[in-house]
Amino acid sequence: MTLAMKLAARVEDVKKTYDLGPALVEPLGGAKQELNFAPMGADEGRILVKALRGVTLDFPEGDFVAIMGASGSGKSTLLNLLGGLDRPTSGRYILDGVDVSQMDDADLSHMRNQKLGFIFQSYNLITQYTVLENIELPLHYRPGYPPIGPAERQWCLELATKVGLGERLDHRPFQLSGGQQQRVAIARALVNNPEIILADEPTGNLDSGTSNEIMEMLTSLNKEGRTIIMVTHEPDIANWARRQIVMRDGVVFKEALTADILRAAAAAPAGEPVAAH
Amino acid sequence: MSFTRLIRIIQLGLKSLLLHKLRSGLTMLGIVFGVFSVIAMLAIGEGASAQAQKQIVALGATNIIVRSLKPVEGSSSDQNAGGSPRYGLTRTDFKRLTNTISTITNAIPVRELPREARYLKNTMNCRLVGCTPEYLEVNHIKVTKGRFLSDADQDTRANVVVVAHEVAKDLFPIEEPLGKAIQIDSIYYTVIGVTSERTASAGIGGSLAAQDFNKDLYIPMNTFRARIGDEIFIPKQRGMDSEYLELSQITLTVRDVSDVLRTADVVRGTIEKFHTQKDFAVVVPLELLKQADQLRQIFNIVLGSIAAISLVVGGIGIMNIMLATVTERTREIGIRRALGAKQRDIIEQFLTETVVLSGSGGFLGMGLGLLTPLSFKVIRWFTLNFILDSRPGALSETSRMFSEMEPSVALWSLPLAFGISVGIGVIFGLYPARAAARLDPIEALRHE
Repeated sequence: MTLAMKLAARVEDVKKTYDLGPALVEPLGGAKQELNFAPMGADEGRILVKALRGVTLDFPEGDFVAIMGASGSGKSTLLNLLGGLDRPTSGRYILDGVDVSQMDDADLSHMRNQKLGFIFQSYNLITQYTVLENIELPLHYRPGYPPIGPAERQWCLELATKVGLGERLDHRPFQLSGGQQQRVAIARALVNNPEIILADEPTGNLDSGTSNEIMEMLTSLNKEGRTIIMVTHEPDIANWARRQIVMRDGVVFKEALTADILRAAAAAPAGEPVAAH
Repeated sequence: MSFTRLIRIIQLGLKSLLLHKLRSGLTMLGIVFGVFSVIAMLAIGEGASAQAQKQIVALGATNIIVRSLKPVEGSSSDQNAGGSPRYGLTRTDFKRLTNTISTITNAIPVRELPREARYLKNTMNCRLVGCTPEYLEVNHIKVTKGRFLSDADQDTRANVVVVAHEVAKDLFPIEEPLGKAIQIDSIYYTVIGVTSERTASAGIGGSLAAQDFNKDLYIPMNTFRARIGDEIFIPKQRGMDSEYLELSQITLTVRDVSDVLRTADVVRGTIEKFHTQKDFAVVVPLELLKQADQLRQIFNIVLGSIAAISLVVGGIGIMNIMLATVTERTREIGIRRALGAKQRDIIEQFLTETVVLSGSGGFLGMGLGLLTPLSFKVIRWFTLNFILDSRPGALSETSRMFSEMEPSVALWSLPLAFGISVGIGVIFGLYPARAAARLDPIEALRHE
């Protein structure tokens, strides 16, 4: 698979620190306070969690990347930054040639609406809306708020048909199976024709058969030329991607092409874990 | 914001509200009743003041009324030793006023006494009024049958009487009153006319009781003086009490409304000079009108504020529900934010929902408010026929006011109440909407 050299997105030395408030210097009862997270550093008596500690990554146009890592490794934080739901503490995030790392809320919202499509583990459909209304939703927030006309309706119908839900337009999410709900989410992610699709554990709630269907759908979208960035912790799912990135302790731990990983796995003795994971 | 977008977010608001019909309906009720009570209170205030105004206008805006007042007992009085105590206006006062004040165009001396009138077996407690023919015009009395007193009656001291509507009805239930003789004390008077029914006017001379013209008997002033005289004897527990009073009232009419207040001052000064005690009162209906107008405004403000409190309570109810809604819909807010909704979009969405809620509540309240006169009549009918009816004597002055009042919906109160309800939607919706918009999209998406 050949990739266009143009970059869809690039993060440069991105750091993200969460401030959890003042540290407890004198724990109650004199006992040492047991914290359920690891304070990565204390600054002037405050607990700071360094979720990302300098990440630089390129996402060429048309790439299909799986981001992996244990919980707390920073992969979700990275996806939130890529999705424009959060801003990095420092570093740059260039999306489609524009530095969006310090954009204000309105511009970030605009960017999410126009350039990104989201697919979530728990589908995140609006329960009281029908399939068609859910697919339409991003159209309501287009810049300038153009009215939704017959052309837009037709486009939503096409998308619904494309994901195989042409017959269920008036159903509500609770009348659909998990796989069907995820397809609605995929159609919704495509409605504004974004360049990048961000998927957060898209198959986390699905059985393996349905997972494969969803992954086939994502793969075909990737073949259409869309960049897909997916967070997962399942190696099987990650293997659908062209490239895999493993995060650990807020930095990129390992980066490899799926083809190379599979080759290494085939060479390694059976039973031993594949090095990348 | 374009019109189509406005329509779209209103549709969105309606849709969200219709998802929880009961909840939205109950929340709306607060505003419905708030708006309704504002309109109803103002309508009742308007009705009460209109009635008061009608009574005052009946007194005549160009009139000045001078009334005799019985001085407080024990205070110094120019009574003749052994004779009846004298007080009040005199015929000399009357002449002095008419001769010296040029702005007065008309002056009527009036003498009143409570007396029992009798015809055959029918009796009635009436107000015997000695007056001149001008009394008719000045007090806006209309004669339905026969004629009013004439100058000739005055000159001949004729024993004639004009009876008021209610007297005619009670004394002559089936007969024709004209030409019949009725007995007052021991003297018979021939009925020459009947006046039409007339609403009571405002009380004057410091008395709160309304002047009721429906129980009047009008006889010529000169006849009054000749047959009854100035000295009145009132039976008491032991012996008789007596008093000496020449005139009960002088009704003055001035040429123009602008002369009223100045003339009233002169009248007051003229009479004061010759009275050692405070035994008269000058009543200016115009002043009463102005006072009533001020009173009406205060009344309206007080009633409106009381009703406005219920609107505020309704607004708090809305805010409460909207805050709960925001918490309940955190996930939805997160989804919308992820799909590109700006903070402003979320504020607009929730604010629209609140305004649609309070606005439609206001609209329904307006509809209910328009029914105020009707519902007031129903309540009044019920009260008069089932509650007050069973207790004789319960129909006091206040309840008579209640029974005669017509609430009228002030047209300006409709847009006012509706505007306030929308305003309350904005004010009480702003905080929940901002709370919704400020949610962190990441947290919101994770919310269960």
